[in-house]
Parts: sequence; C-alpha cells; structure tokens
Amino acid sequence: MNRLTDATRRKLLKGAAALSTLALAPGVMLVRPAVARETGKPATSNVRWGLLIDTAKCDAGCDTCVTACRTENGWTGHDRPQTDPQWIRKVTVTDKRSGAALSLPVMCQHCAEPPCVDVCPTGASMKRADGIVLVDKHICIGCRYCMMACPFKARSFVHEDVTDQKPHAPRGKGTVESCTFCVHRVDDGRMPACVEACTEKAGRGAMIFGDLNDPNSDIAKAVSKHVTTRIRADLGLDQGVMYRGF
Amino acid sequence: MKHGRIIGFLLVLLGLLLAAPMPVLAGDVPLPHPVKAVKGSQCVEPVDTMRREHMNFLKHQRDDTLRGGIRGAKHSLRQCIDCHAIPDPKGASKDRTVGPFCTSCHEYAAVSIDCFQCHTAKAEDGGKQSSRWRHKAGGENLLSELRTHLQGSTKEARP
Repeated sequence: MNRLTDATRRKLLKGAAALSTLALAPGVMLVRPAVARETGKPATSNVRWGLLIDTAKCDAGCDTCVTACRTENGWTGHDRPQTDPQWIRKVTVTDKRSGAALSLPVMCQHCAEPPCVDVCPTGASMKRADGIVLVDKHICIGCRYCMMACPFKARSFVHEDVTDQKPHAPRGKGTVESCTFCVHRVDDGRMPACVEACTEKAGRGAMIFGDLNDPNSDIAKAVSKHVTTRIRADLGLDQGVMYRGF
Repeated sequence: MKHGRIIGFLLVLLGLLLAAPMPVLAGDVPLPHPVKAVKGSQCVEPVDTMRREHMNFLKHQRDDTLRGGIRGAKHSLRQCIDCHAIPDPKGASKDRTVGPFCTSCHEYAAVSIDCFQCHTAKAEDGGKQSSRWRHKAGGENLLSELRTHLQGSTKEARP
C-alpha cells in the first residue's frame, strides 16, 4: 500500500492551515483541479483526490449533479428503481426528533481502505495510486460481492445490454459500475462533471474537488478550516468524499 | 499379422481424414480483405506486426491505462477506431464504426471478441470529432478523404 501515513497527512493539512491566510476570497474556485498528467506518466500516490460537499449549499430540489453525471457517463435507467444503474443519487437525511432535513449527493466515497476491493475475488475492484476506486470491467465477473460490501450503496450492476456508450465511459451488461470521479476528466486536468455542473449550471458551488495532499488546493484549505464529516466514519475507511454541515 | 493389417488400415483412414479438409480450406473460404484505414497514413506499428500482435498491444495497454492511469500511449483502442472506423456500408447510420474492419478477419479466424460489448465502436466525428482527428485531418477534409478512399479501395487489389 503506497499512500501517505496519517501523520504525514496531518502535517500537510497543518501546513495548509498556515497557508490558508493567503487564500483567495471565499467562493473563488479554480476551474481546473490540477494540470493534466503528462502523456505516458502513471497516477501516483503523491496525489489523493478528494471531494468536499457543503450540505448547507445543497438543496433537496436540485439534482443538477445527478443529471450531469448521467450525461457525462451515459448511464440511463429503465424505470426500475431497484435495479437501475445509479452512480450518484440525492439522499435526504431527516432528524426524527426535530424534523429538520438536509439533502446531499451520495456516490462512491473513494475510500483509502475500500471494502469493495477487499472482497473482490478477481482483482477487478481496484484502487488507483491516486485514491480513485474503479472497476476493471475487463476482469469483472459480475458476482456483486463489492455491491454487498459497500456501506454506501454506491455501486450498481448492469442488467441490460448497453449500446451507444460514451467513448470515455465503457459500460457493459454483467459488470458492476460506480462513480469514477470522472477519471477521464481528472487525468485531463478537468473537474468531475458533477462538480463543474454544481458550480456552473446550478450556481451553488456546493462541491469542491481537488488534491488533498496539496496544501495549496482549495479542498485542502477548506478541510483544514472547517469541520468535516465522513459518512459512517466509525468504519475507518478514510473516504475521499467528505461532507460539511452535518 | 492381423494387427498389422488393422493398423495399416487405420493409418490410411487417418491420412484420408487429415487430407480431406485441405482443399475445402484452400478453395471455399475466401481470404479476408480488411478495409484500408480511412485516415490513410502510417499505422502505429508495421502492418505485419499489427496483424500478429494487436491483441497483445491492446491488452497490455488497457491494464496500463485503467489500473496505472497512463494516458496517451500509442496502442489505444480509441486510436484504432479513429483511423479504421468506416461509414455504414448500408448507409443506415451516419456514424463511422470499426465493426466491419475487425470482423473481416475475426470471422475468417473464428475469433469472437467482446471489446464492443462495453466500448463503443463508433468514431467520435460527426459534429464532435476527437481532438486528435480534428487536429490531423480537419472537419471538411473528412468527407472528401472518405470519398477518395472508398473509390480507391474498390479498385485496389490486395496482395
């Protein structure tokens, strides 16, 4: 396992806290998370991609991120909610005592210790060096162990023949799939489709994407400034996706 | 003695069985004639190497790309499609697809590939070409290039 120890990361984040005084005005977002990786260079563990979602800026009536993901990656449903593919979904969390509710998008949380990778019998479920968790559909046998292991219900199984896939997002019947952090965009130095849409289309800016290991990135600065939570933090999976405001 | 005769008979029978399919193979199944690349320039490897090794190149690179995150290497399936996808011969669709190019040999060799159960076989042109294609050929040139290519390929005899 080739990732930074917790101590190293803490140090980096502390560095980020010191640098945050130099930050641009709040709300100013960099359009590109990083420069595109050079041709022929592999992903490295110097980078750890992360996503911070501000639930205060997310609205129950808005599903721009979900639509953007569908359009970008070409997944569609067949009006069968139980089995339809679902790379990202909006979830409403309600406090039963007070009735207060908040809405947030849930997708693959890109764990540093992904249970889906642990249980995969073929090695198809894998984590890239930069922390992006993917399915290698070339060797996925469709057993769906990963779907059972995932605490976030983030993965889905393709039950139907697929045609007209996007060139950058191959999908096929009999394999499992989930959010890829728009790996094709990230490798190209662009933002994931959901993040871009949240800022540009919905005008909310509820999602910040970037490199958690880079103290100067927007996400590292935000994480060092605000209290953030991970879903089911008790499981100790060290997810790349974090939430703010609950 | 008796055994010798039986063995001799079996040998002759075996010889006949082995010899029988040969003329059928040579005569009845025509050799495949894969269509020339639309782009018409040099392939990423010599043709002979590609014919023998393309599957290994593709398999090697798919692992490098997906698992290692290496982008832009030269043996990419997208690149194959970019050059070798041809317009639908029946004219049913405007898109160029690589299907006919692949199947021409794969049918002959009885190879069943499943790349295109997940990957799209369509080229990315027709309004939104891939940047690589646009860069090299140019939007307007595509149609004229196709036309020239199609005219050329009907006359062309392969060795």
